[in-house]
Amino acid sequence: MNSLDFSIVLQAWPYLWSGLLFSLALTAVAFVVGMVLGTCFALLQHFEVPVIARIVRGYIALIRSIPLILVLFWFFFLVPIVLGHLSGSGGPVPIGATWTAFITFGLFEAAYYSEIIRVGLRAVNRGQFEACQALALSTFETYRSVILPQVLRVASPIILSQTIILFQDTSLVYVLSLTDLLGAASKLAQLNGRLVEMYLVIVVVYLAISSAASQGVALLRKRYAIAGARR
Amino acid sequence: MFAVLFEQTADGQRYIDWLLSGLGWTLALAFFGWWIAFALGIVVGIGRTVQNRAVAALARLYVEIFRNIPVLVQMFLWYFVLPEILPTTLGNAIKQIPPPWGSFFPALICLGLYTAARIAEQVRAGIEALPRGQAEAASALGLGGYLTYRHIIVPQALRLIVPSLTSEVMGIYKNTSVALTIGLMELTAQARQISEATFQTFTAFGAATLIYLALALIAYQGMALIDRAVRIPGTTRTEDDIAPNLAEEVQQAGSLPAGMEIAK
Repeated sequence: MNSLDFSIVLQAWPYLWSGLLFSLALTAVAFVVGMVLGTCFALLQHFEVPVIARIVRGYIALIRSIPLILVLFWFFFLVPIVLGHLSGSGGPVPIGATWTAFITFGLFEAAYYSEIIRVGLRAVNRGQFEACQALALSTFETYRSVILPQVLRVASPIILSQTIILFQDTSLVYVLSLTDLLGAASKLAQLNGRLVEMYLVIVVVYLAISSAASQGVALLRKRYAIAGARR
Repeated sequence: MFAVLFEQTADGQRYIDWLLSGLGWTLALAFFGWWIAFALGIVVGIGRTVQNRAVAALARLYVEIFRNIPVLVQMFLWYFVLPEILPTTLGNAIKQIPPPWGSFFPALICLGLYTAARIAEQVRAGIEALPRGQAEAASALGLGGYLTYRHIIVPQALRLIVPSLTSEVMGIYKNTSVALTIGLMELTAQARQISEATFQTFTAFGAATLIYLALALIAYQGMALIDRAVRIPGTTRTEDDIAPNLAEEVQQAGSLPAGMEIAK
């Protein structure tokens, strides 16, 4: 074993930092897109919208059954073709690996968030709906002001746990040769040959971020439960 | 659409043989990885619930480390970093393991240890969900710590957590695809190779997707059968067809241990 030399890490840090920023940006975008789409998916199923609810259900079952890497490969191949059709230009529109990653993670996470919210919707007490009716709230107002806030509050620990998994999963964009934190480390390791130092450093970074976030979620779980809700 | 799968490849096989060989590696990795994860997960899960502080802290450390590092990074640690930090002769011996096995064993260890951390949290949740009276009754009957865990606590806890283990089973077979990054030609890797060789991307990925769907169905139905067979009479389960443990968890949010989140 060669002696470890962590001074190389200091030189490499700006590049690793930009990789980390990409990982975080991907996590943030996938979280926002996934939550918005996932909430829509969950509501479509909740209201049993004919045909569309079944399509959504099929999409979610499919996405949850196949590995994320295969989903990335699918989208890398499909998205340019679909965009080509949509834009009417006939041929595929090349959009590059970065955009593919953002689109894929958003659509992929939507399936997981949607399941969490769908189950959360079912967990809301019937009395809440009845009370809204008694107050003559419209369906839109009922969901926007009464039901969804409760669902999000009850489900927030699970949503955040899922987001920590999402952050870890962004490392899979390695298969698209993107420069996220892992991609940056692996590219540097190929250049300078110090792969042990490079990988050990990113292990520490991933570990620190994920465990800090997990501790935060654990605290939240204790503090943020709806007072008086059934335990 | 799938006709191309029966055409000859450059190496004299048919493309479907590539897919089936990939499926074989995927299944081998998931199957053997599962038993490593299950055995180790039970041990660590028990470790988290025992009185001995040192043991509990060690078990917690294990779970924190293996759950908070992305599985792909762990894969690289076992494959690239481990041979480098071992003594040179041993490291070189590891690097010289011939091709499929040189990737298979690191992937097996990686998936086994990673999934074990997740299973440990489920086991702990199961143990903590048991009424205290179970352990107290065992103690009143004169059973020691080992016998209490062996005959009273663990059997009941395992029966309780079958639904949540379903998502771990689904997780481990999907995570086998991460092994393609260290060169194991499992199902997804073979699908990509067929797509590159034939340019029939729809067919190649479609076939792999159908196989994964079938595996998911088998895993799900198999676990449902096991659940029905070992369910503790009198306990009720939610009839949720896609995320059995999630329904329970959301309803009781706030009270359940941190481990019971959904797996990918």
